[in-house]
Amino acid sequence: MLTLVIFLPLAAALALLAVPRPGHRAVLAVWIAATAADLALVAAMWARHGTSGTGRIAFETNARWIPSVGAGYHVGVDGLSLPLLALTALLFAACAVYSLRQTYRIRAFAVLFLFLETVCLGLFAALDLLLFFVFFDLSIVGMYAVILLWGHGDRARSALKFFLYTFLGSLILLLGFIGLYLGADPHTFDMAELIRRPPLEGSPGLAGLTLLAIGTGLAIKTPVVPFHTWLPPAHTDAPAAGSAILAGVMLKMGTYGLVRIAMPMLPDAWRRYAWVPLAVGLLSVLYGALVALAQENLKRLVAYTSVNHMGYIVLALGAAGYASGDAAARRLAVTGAVTQMVSHGLVTGSLFLLCGVLYDRGRSYDLGRYGGLARGAPVFAALTAVAAFASLGLPGLSGFIAEFQIFTGAIGGGSTPAAVAAAVSVLGILITAALFLRVLHRAVLGEPGELTGRVTDVRRPELAAVVPLLALSLAIGVAPRPLLDTIEPVSAAVVALVAR
Amino acid sequence: MSVLAWALPALPLLAGALLLLSGRRADRAAPAVGTGVATVLLGLAVAAAVTRPAVRFRLFPGWDAGLAVDGLSAVLVVTVAAVALAVLVHAAGEFAPDEARARFFGLMLVFTGAMLVTVTAADLAVLLMGWEVMGAMSYALIGFWWADPERVRSADVAFLTTRAGDLGLYIAAGCAAAGAHSLGLADLAGTAGPWRGLIAAGVVVAALGKSAQLPFSFWLSRAMSGPSPVSALLHSATMVAAGAYLLLRLQPLLAATGWAGSLVAWAGALTALLLGVVALAQRDLKQLLAASTCAQLGFMVLGAGVGAVAGGTAHLVAHAAVKSLLFLCAGAWLATLGTQDLGGLRGAGRRDRAVGVPFAAGALALAGIPPLSLWVTKDTVLAAAGEESLALYAVGLAAAVLSAAYSAKALIAVWRRGGGARGRAGRLAVVPLPVLAVAACTLGILGLPAVAGPWRQVLGVPDEPGPGAAGLAVSGVLAVATVLAAVALARRGTFTVPDRVPDGLPDRRAGRTAGWALGWLRLEPMAGAVLVGPTLALARALARFDDRVVDGGVRAAAQAGRALSALTTRRAEIRLDGAVTAVGRAARGLAALARRPQTGQVHAYYAQAAVLLAALVVVAVLAGGR
Repeated sequence: MLTLVIFLPLAAALALLAVPRPGHRAVLAVWIAATAADLALVAAMWARHGTSGTGRIAFETNARWIPSVGAGYHVGVDGLSLPLLALTALLFAACAVYSLRQTYRIRAFAVLFLFLETVCLGLFAALDLLLFFVFFDLSIVGMYAVILLWGHGDRARSALKFFLYTFLGSLILLLGFIGLYLGADPHTFDMAELIRRPPLEGSPGLAGLTLLAIGTGLAIKTPVVPFHTWLPPAHTDAPAAGSAILAGVMLKMGTYGLVRIAMPMLPDAWRRYAWVPLAVGLLSVLYGALVALAQENLKRLVAYTSVNHMGYIVLALGAAGYASGDAAARRLAVTGAVTQMVSHGLVTGSLFLLCGVLYDRGRSYDLGRYGGLARGAPVFAALTAVAAFASLGLPGLSGFIAEFQIFTGAIGGGSTPAAVAAAVSVLGILITAALFLRVLHRAVLGEPGELTGRVTDVRRPELAAVVPLLALSLAIGVAPRPLLDTIEPVSAAVVALVAR
Repeated sequence: MSVLAWALPALPLLAGALLLLSGRRADRAAPAVGTGVATVLLGLAVAAAVTRPAVRFRLFPGWDAGLAVDGLSAVLVVTVAAVALAVLVHAAGEFAPDEARARFFGLMLVFTGAMLVTVTAADLAVLLMGWEVMGAMSYALIGFWWADPERVRSADVAFLTTRAGDLGLYIAAGCAAAGAHSLGLADLAGTAGPWRGLIAAGVVVAALGKSAQLPFSFWLSRAMSGPSPVSALLHSATMVAAGAYLLLRLQPLLAATGWAGSLVAWAGALTALLLGVVALAQRDLKQLLAASTCAQLGFMVLGAGVGAVAGGTAHLVAHAAVKSLLFLCAGAWLATLGTQDLGGLRGAGRRDRAVGVPFAAGALALAGIPPLSLWVTKDTVLAAAGEESLALYAVGLAAAVLSAAYSAKALIAVWRRGGGARGRAGRLAVVPLPVLAVAACTLGILGLPAVAGPWRQVLGVPDEPGPGAAGLAVSGVLAVATVLAAVALARRGTFTVPDRVPDGLPDRRAGRTAGWALGWLRLEPMAGAVLVGPTLALARALARFDDRVVDGGVRAAAQAGRALSALTTRRAEIRLDGAVTAVGRAARGLAALARRPQTGQVHAYYAQAAVLLAALVVVAVLAGGR
């Protein structure tokens, strides 16, 4: 079933390619149907898995692939991958619906997005390092094409920067994976094996170097300060759907890798160097928020808030490495980190789609040229306000559930460095509040600006794409238990694995 | 019974959300829906106060949370529901039909629901949820007329200031998890070690921010930008009251730390004193009332600091009635006369007695005139303060005199003969005024010995002392004397607000001190200069740094790569390319050679095969010999 989930979009893409000259509507119909079917399959999978999982792997498939190096087609889901698979399926479906009015090279666009969906789903289900790496690299290639072909502005340059920077990251990551492979006895790329018997236990130096390689590779993808400068141009020049996928799904690959690979496979090194993710996370939180505060370009601003939000995740994972403290609090921090991945995907995904609405009408992201949008586009204004408040962590929406757990877990762990870092990082939610109020003040409320007249309200496909994301954010904010109960066994396992 | 604990906040939250979702379509129905829901809500609140429902659940796996109505919560939920009903009935009569009424009533209901969550929460996480949603709703209500950038700015200031305080609660929650392994409010006082101090510090910062105590007071001045009913709700039973409630609720925690109690007491006393001066300096009725809210909240905070929970709570309840009444009156005049300037309101109370008389009752209660409510409740707090420290009592008493003075100023302004503007408030809008006026006058019974005993029982603090006769006499006499002196001065024309300030310039008579007080102690410019300005400058500097240095480094690395490739092209590539060409040429030569044996003649092939076989045999022998 999992393999079907992963490859269904690819099959749809191939079918689209096989048909000679399909009509515009037919392409869209196939695209939406495929993503919707996949979303339904993931939902069914979650329903069968239940919300009180045991932390064990379900829907497992382990087939021979490259037996000579101990790599297999090994996929499965647990409480960590399930929410991310669901997020991926949902965001791709939202992007398909959002793109109903897209006309430029629609078949290639749909094929590329379906291909990317398979790649992203595959990555979150992969239980083999080599398989993970293949999907990791293919995602970069796919997104490069999306930015290059459907972007705007200085898209060739942004796309190339994105590609080279994250590809460099993936090569460093591969070095780390090879380190894990060579450190394991017998040599293997199988994640389950590597978690059961952590490699490089006897050689802390090599384990540290391996963690450095894996950490750097994932840090570029996440991205954290100072490896984040590929992100703003890539987002600014990408099409709205591309930005939503890049921020909503692909940034999670970095932090997912930290939880799935770095922490359980290199527990000693993670504990020893826990101050690094803690410090880098804190830096990303504050730096990302402050730089976002100074932006005039709405899309760049949202991109920098991603750096801030991903910083909380890294900080929480660092705090979970201080094994001396209260395990219940550290579990809270890890659960919060995973919740933040989901929450950020929903909220930032919808923010980027809303940026796309604005660009579609006014051909500009410049905050200063809009104003008073609430008059002519009240629904757009309301959606933007909800998304902004969700992003600044207002209770009742998903961001609060994630960030409250991160703060409380990181401080509550009781170790001084983690508590101090988390207490300082709380300032981040004040700065994000300031910057989103600034956005609302300048673009949405107040007096009309130069481009305000051009902005008509959201159309039905746009509404149908954004509303489910925000509604889900609200649902998680009000009743988080189904999500948290799914994640909890995994965070308990990760905390226990790091502490061993 | 737990259904009631859910229903109490859920009803206004859901009804408000529905109104907000239906948008302008619901504008016609909104007032009826709003007042209807508020009426049912008051019934639920009374039922909850009687039955004391409680529900426990887990918001986060492994961490207990809950909603519970105990004595203090029971008092608060009834107060909140009653004031919300009064304010919404007034708003139903007052709000013009062309306004976005669905949005207004929807936001007000969510706001009320959030306050109910706050006062019934049994743990820090749920409390913080209500607490922050309330802040967001206040943002939306203060900025209700969003087309005016200045009002939006006011909303920004209000939200950011209170959220700055809220950070304290986030940290307190983390410290509670570390020190008490629980987020329950009841567990906080028993926390061990340094964590207890940190929890108390976080709670105090959050509460002072929400209650607009020093140094956060300025946001309340900004909060006047919203519609008057918003002020009436925000300044009385919700929002600012939440801070005082939290301190009263966590009084055992404050007492346990040793320092937090006196810190809070002094913060409250000084706010009561200084914001009393600010109130006295105002010439705008709503600004005067806003500053007086800070000052009166100061008495509640003082009560929490010195352990007068019963007195502080009584003051909270009585003040809620008084202040919602006064703001509704101010709103009625603003709607009919178009002004909130004290000079412009000259004689307004005299001409529209349906508003003027309740206003007078409220103002006299605010002045602390015996036997009206705030006289007793304030003195209960002051008596406890006197036992703690004489200085604290003196400051509190001076603040009480100031409250008499500013109340007299407002009262004289609207009841003075003269002025010409006429207008009559709508019938529905004045309905709640007499009810609130009666409450404002009579809630002092909470301090009477016969009632005070059960009152303390309800709040779970049976051993707290009541006010002393001497104290009551002193403060009563002082209040009456101050009001009489004000009236006498007004007769001679020195304690009145001029009808109009010439040329719209600031009041010439206002000296430097008065200007300082008129500008709310210049707190907002100071916060701007010390915090906001530097933060924005830092943000801009970091953005430049990010573009030039961080990304510049990446660009430089890329350029270095290009330069290196250019270098290799020029130096190495030519030679390498030459080598490649040579290899190609060699291959062509070899190919020509290889073509030569292919003669097509069988004997030639045979000879070649024999040679090859011989070579293979030699290789095999050599390899096997090793």
